[in-house]
Amino acid sequence: MDLAYRMSIGMGGIGTAGDIVARLQMTKRMKLDAAKEFVAKKLGVDQFTLHDTLQMRDLRDELELGSVTALPGKAKGIEAKARIADLFDIKINSVKRLKKKLSLDF
Amino acid sequence: MTEFTMRTGTGKPLYMSKEQIRSDLEDGANWAATKAKIPELSANEIDRILDILVRPGRQIGVEQGKGIVLTTDGGTTRYTGICRYSAMPVSREQAVIIGERFIGFDTFEIGHADYSFRPVKTIAMDEATVIENTELNSVIPVFYGAMPNLGIYFQSQGGKWPSPTDFMNEGKIDEARAVQESAAEDMTNDIVYVAKIFAETGLDGLDIDTTAAAGDADFYGTLKAIEIIKKETNLALEVGMAGEKVFGLHADLKYDGERLAGMWPHQQGLMVEKAGGDLFGAVINTDTGKSCPWNLARSITFVKEVMKTVSIPVHPNMGMGVGGIPMCEVIPMDVVTRSGVAMVELTNCDGV
Repeated sequence: MDLAYRMSIGMGGIGTAGDIVARLQMTKRMKLDAAKEFVAKKLGVDQFTLHDTLQMRDLRDELELGSVTALPGKAKGIEAKARIADLFDIKINSVKRLKKKLSLDF
Repeated sequence: MTEFTMRTGTGKPLYMSKEQIRSDLEDGANWAATKAKIPELSANEIDRILDILVRPGRQIGVEQGKGIVLTTDGGTTRYTGICRYSAMPVSREQAVIIGERFIGFDTFEIGHADYSFRPVKTIAMDEATVIENTELNSVIPVFYGAMPNLGIYFQSQGGKWPSPTDFMNEGKIDEARAVQESAAEDMTNDIVYVAKIFAETGLDGLDIDTTAAAGDADFYGTLKAIEIIKKETNLALEVGMAGEKVFGLHADLKYDGERLAGMWPHQQGLMVEKAGGDLFGAVINTDTGKSCPWNLARSITFVKEVMKTVSIPVHPNMGMGVGGIPMCEVIPMDVVTRSGVAMVELTNCDGV
C-alpha cells in the first residue's frame, strides 16, 4: 500500500520537495497549494519541476538539501536539515537541538 | 454489458456495470449528506469519480505536478518486527531511512508495537533514544505515533478505573460520566508526559492517532492534551480520528461550547483546529457490507465538507478499512490507487 500511494499520489519526499512542503504544513499550517508555491518560489522553479525527480535531484544536490542518492561529500541527515531550515526559514526541532548542544548561535 | 472489477468492503473482486457503480456512488454520497446534513455530491462529481474508477490499468495516478503530502500512521511498525505486518528484521531507525530514501515518503512515523500513549509512557526514555538516533540521520520530518485509547484506562482492559458501561448497566449515569472524566484526565496527563520527553529529542511532530476511539471523553481528553502540548513544546501535532462520528458514551462533554458527542468529520476538525492541532486526519470507516465505490463516495462527501470548514491542512486517512479502502490486510493496488486519486482530485485535500 505504501508503494502504491507513493507512485500514484505522493509528492516524492526528498526525491522531489515533498519533505519541505510537509514541513511547511506542519510548522506553519500552510495548505498544500500555498506550501508548494512557497517552496517553488524559493527554489526558482515551476510546479512541474518541483515534482520532477530528475531535476530536483540535481537541484537538491547543488543546494545540499539531502537526496535519494547519497553522494559522498554532500550534506546528509541533520546537515541537510540545517540547510533546509536556513533556506526556507523553517524551525526544525532537531536542528535547534543540535545548535544548542554545540552552543552555537548561527 | 461491460463489467468493471471493483471491490467489496472486504476487498474481494466485485464485477459491476457502470450503472451499478454509479448507483452505489450516489447511495454512498447520499448517506453522508443525509446523516451529517451536508451537501451531496453533484452529478458532475459522481461522473468524475466514476471515470476514475473505470480507468484502465491495474494502477492509476494523479496528473504530473499534482502530488500530495503523505503522512503515515503505523509508519515503521509496518516495516519492523511486528507480526501483524511484515515482521522484517529491521530496526525502526533503518525503517525510516527505507521510507525516506527508497520509497520516497514525504514524512515518516515511529511507533511502538503497543501503539498507545499509556504503554509508551513506561518506556518513553527508550523510545526517545530511537527518535534521537533517527533524527540525526533522516531528512524528512519524523512523527511519533500513538493512540490516546481511553478504553485501556478502565479495569475491563487492565486499567485503574471502573468500567463506565458497568455503571450504565446499573443505571448509574452520573457515575459512568464521572469515571470517564477521571480516566480522560489521566489520559491527557500521559499524552502530555510522553510529548514533553519526546520534545527534548528533536522530534518533529506527534501523530495522535485513532482519537475518540472510546467516544467523546476520549476526544475531550485529547483536545485538552493538544492545548497543553502546543503551549509547552514545539511539536507539530497531527490528529487522526477513529471514525466519522464521535460516540456519545459520556454525551455531555463540550469543547468551546460545542457538544462533542455526535460530531461529524467537519465538526471534529474544527475542534482539533481550535485546540491547536496542525494537521487533521479525517476518518470515515469502511462499511464492509457495501462496495468500495459506495464507501469511497461516502468518504469524499465527508472530506469535501471538512475541506470547506477546516483551515489547517487536512490529511484524510486512507489505510486499511478507512477512506473507501477495503478492510483487509493486503490491500490490492487497483483500489488503493483509484481511491487515492479520486480523493485527491475531488476534495483537493492537502495530503493523505
